[in-house]
Order: sequence, then structure tokens, then C-alpha cells
Amino acid sequence: MPEAKKKLKLALYWAASCGGCDIAVLDIDEKILTVAELADIVLWPVALDFKYKDVEALADQSVDVCLFNGAVRNSEQRELAELLRQKSKVMVAFGACACFGGIPALANQFDRESIFRRVYDTTPSTDNPGRVRPQTKLSVPQGDLHLPEFYNAVYKLDDVVEVDYYIPGCPPPPELVWEAITAIVEGKLPPKGSTLAGERSLCHTCKRKKEDKKVTAFHRVHEFVPDPEKCLLEQGIICSGPVTREGCGERCLNANMPCRGCFGPTPEALEHGASMLSAAATLVEGKEEAELAEVLDGIVDPLGTFYRFTLADSLLRIRNKSLGLEEKAEEGEEAAS
Amino acid sequence: MTQAGSPKSQAAAGEGWEPKVVAFLCNWCSYTGADLAGISRLKYPANLRIIRVMCSGRVSPAFVLKAFHEGADGVLVGGCHPGDCHYLEGNYKTLKRKLVFERLLEQFGIEPGRFRLEWISGGEGDKFARVAEELVKTVRELGPLGSTAERLGRADGLALRAEGGGGNA
Ligand code: SF4
Ligand code: SF4
Ligand code: FES
Repeated sequence: MPEAKKKLKLALYWAASCGGCDIAVLDIDEKILTVAELADIVLWPVALDFKYKDVEALADQSVDVCLFNGAVRNSEQRELAELLRQKSKVMVAFGACACFGGIPALANQFDRESIFRRVYDTTPSTDNPGRVRPQTKLSVPQGDLHLPEFYNAVYKLDDVVEVDYYIPGCPPPPELVWEAITAIVEGKLPPKGSTLAGERSLCHTCKRKKEDKKVTAFHRVHEFVPDPEKCLLEQGIICSGPVTREGCGERCLNANMPCRGCFGPTPEALEHGASMLSAAATLVEGKEEAELAEVLDGIVDPLGTFYRFTLADSLLRIRNKSLGLEEKAEEGEEAAS
Repeated sequence: MTQAGSPKSQAAAGEGWEPKVVAFLCNWCSYTGADLAGISRLKYPANLRIIRVMCSGRVSPAFVLKAFHEGADGVLVGGCHPGDCHYLEGNYKTLKRKLVFERLLEQFGIEPGRFRLEWISGGEGDKFARVAEELVKTVRELGPLGSTAERLGRADGLALRAEGGGGNA
């Protein structure tokens, strides 16, 4: 009995996520066996059959670490975030969605009603003559049934609970995951609030040749095969390297693809998207407004491009409604008919 | 009661509301222009909060977003006329950003009239007064925008942690 070293208690949870973050944990390969040796897993919906009530039954602060992936899109995810925060000594925002909202937060360009309308009414494949929509409560003879409330906006984890560490990435690379697990096991974690990745920009570690070239046209990745030796941005491909935190091992650049920014902003970037917008736009040469506009119109969808992973971490966060949401016109037509 | 909400109700909620407009003006031209408007006793609305910067090129789009985030209803960026920037190319940088930034703002649902970039020289006190007048008028017609915290609060009413930029700030 006195011999047995106390095992760590570990919880893993997925909220609004694609599942990739959970796969990233498994991608540490055979080291997962070491994790199993060192830690008792108390919750891992993707892999193990625990119930929420098992977590509720745990004593407060009895879980050593919770790796929480996914953004907060509905009330269930928020409740679980709060519950796991209460039960855990260390809360880790795991992956881009938990850290900054990630891809799900791009839905902050729409509200609940326009999302529901699209999903339950207007997609070409929708067959929903009864116009059924998810309800938070349904009364049937047997009793009341409840569903979580779908929010108008997507939130990042630290909007709703205190977060101790951030592990960015879509998904976080296995090396980083393993480093973090080792640091946790050895009790060698940096000060609370730290991001467990690099401090500089990705351009710092990028080995592509930079020639201080100006851009005369922007290209999207499917339109153009860039020179694998040269800086992508200087070839007119939007690469978020200048404003994005290093630490991913340059995964995309190695595949001759630009950085989309999944590691989030560097510590000194004022705002990830706006800073990248500025970096890209000022690369264009010229002084005539009409000519400049022609080149800069090549940057399509600035919001989706520059805030691909960080909309829930941005200054404006959600679309202002007064200008109307995309499907408003359609709604008007339908109301009229 | 919910049925009774007319389009007017929002305007009613903003009664007594005065537009807040942040103006980033470059030291060498536009700020001097604003100063001249003052000295010449030209009338312009008191809704402007002027922030003097060394060059319009210093005004990162993030500054403008920050102003909206904090609750500005409109933002003006003023710089020297093309060719006149004290730092030679600063205002061309501003122009390039604007061409993408305006489209970004629209994607954020910020009406075009809320943001303006204008070239105002040190001698154009009258232009400064006119632009200020027009901008405030447009913003007044558009109504209050609301800070990010207010807009998030309206979306779901969650008590967000302050650092999250949210509702209880
Ligand atoms: S912009 Fe992209 S390709 Fe260019 S140096 Fe930076 S990370 Fe490398
Ligand atoms: S290159 Fe950029 S988008 Fe790709 S993995 Fe790295 S940080 Fe993420
Ligand atoms: S100094 Fe006025 S725009 Fe640069």
C-alpha cells in the first residue's frame, strides 16, 4: 500500500469540436500506454463509457488535469466546462476551438435563427415538411424531455471558466501533447495562464527564402502551385506565419500549404486577424486606389481568411445584426408567401 | 408584449443617446486641420474623441476594431493627402489596408457609414468640420452599435468572464 505511487487522475472532454483533438491524444502512439500507466482516466467520452454522474460524484479538485477540447456552443458544453473546472486542479484549453473558438466560431457570422433556418429548412437536402426545429423542452405523456440550449454565439473556453493552460493547434501536434503530458506528470508546468507552445512567430522558424518581394496578385491555394522553396506570402498566397505562434513544426508549410493560423496570435499581435490583414494588404505595391483595389480584391472573404481560427477571440466576436444576416432576404420572401 | 416590438422600439431605447465617434488624426496634417477648424471657430459636433497619432499609417486596423469593441459608434481616420505624408508612404499603407478592411467590417455587420478614411491637410479646417458633421449625422441615423460586451450580452445573456471580453464587463 505505501509503495503504490498515487496515479494522476485525468479527464478528457470534447465540446464543440470535430473529434480531431481526441485523435491527437491517441496520435502520441504507444506512449498512450505510458499515460495509462501514469494516469487513471475518469472521463473520456470518445473512448470510454463514463457518465456525467460519475464525474459529479467525484470530490472537488480531485481530478489532477482536465484536457478540454472544443468550443462552447450550447448549454450542455457550458455546464460540463463548469463541472470539470470544479472537479479539476488544472484546466487545459486543448486545441484551437477551446483556445480561440476555432472553426466552429466562424458561425458567429450568423445567429441561432439563421443557422436553424439554413439547417432545418433551406439546404437542398433538407426534407422537413413539418418544419421541425430543436426545442429545449418537450412534454410527452411520460414526462418532460430536455435538450441543451443552442446559443446564438460560439464561445471559447475561458469565456466561461478559468483556464490554467492553453495548448493551441488544429489539432495540437502529438509532440506538443506529449511534452505537455510530461510536464504535468513531472510537475514542471510554467506559470498559470501560459500557452504551451512557442513565443515567436512562425516566420521566425520558417526556412523558406524571403526576398522582400512585393505582391502583384493574390492567389487561392487551389489556383496556384507555389515554389516550395520560397515564402508563400511573397508569392501572393495568404500565409498567416507573420502573426501566428510557432510550435506546430510547420506542418502546413512542409506540405507546401500556407499557415492558416491554427496556433493563434503571437503574444505581441494586437489581434490575430486584423494584424494579418494589415501584413497582407501592405505587401502590395502601388499608389493608385483603383489599381490597388483590383489586386486587393483578390483577397476574398477577409473574415474567413484572417479569423479562420480566432473569431471567438477577436475584438468584435459576433456579427452586428443591424446590417442583416445572409438569409434575411430569403426569410422575407418566405414570410410573404 | 414581445409581439408589440416595433422597429421604432430600438430607437426609443436609445433616447438621449449621443453618437460616440473616435477620430485618429495624424499629427502633421489632419490634426492640424482639426486645430484650424477650432481656431477658425468652425462649428463641428462635439461627438468626436480625437486621438492624435504620428501618422495615419500607425493606425492599425486593430485600433479601429478596438474602438468599436469599446463602444464607439463610428471611427474616423484622418491622414495627409497622397504624396504629402510626413513619412512618405504611411498614408498609402493606410489606403491599402482600408481597401480590405472595409470589406471585413461589412462581414462583421458594421455598416459602411460607420468608418471613414479621409485625407485632410493642415489647411483644410473646413473639410475637417464637414467630414465630422457628415460622419456624426450618418452614425446618428444608423443608431447605437454597442460595445462587444453589450452585443454578446444581447446574444445569449451569459455571464462571461471579463477577460473573455464578455457580458459582465
Ligand atoms: S509568411 Fe509563411 S511562408 Fe513566408 S516566411 Fe512566414 S511562415 Fe514562411
Ligand atoms: S502551419 Fe499554421 S495552420 Fe498549419 S499547423 Fe502550423 S500553425 Fe496551424
Ligand atoms: S503623417 Fe499624415 S498620413 Fe503620414
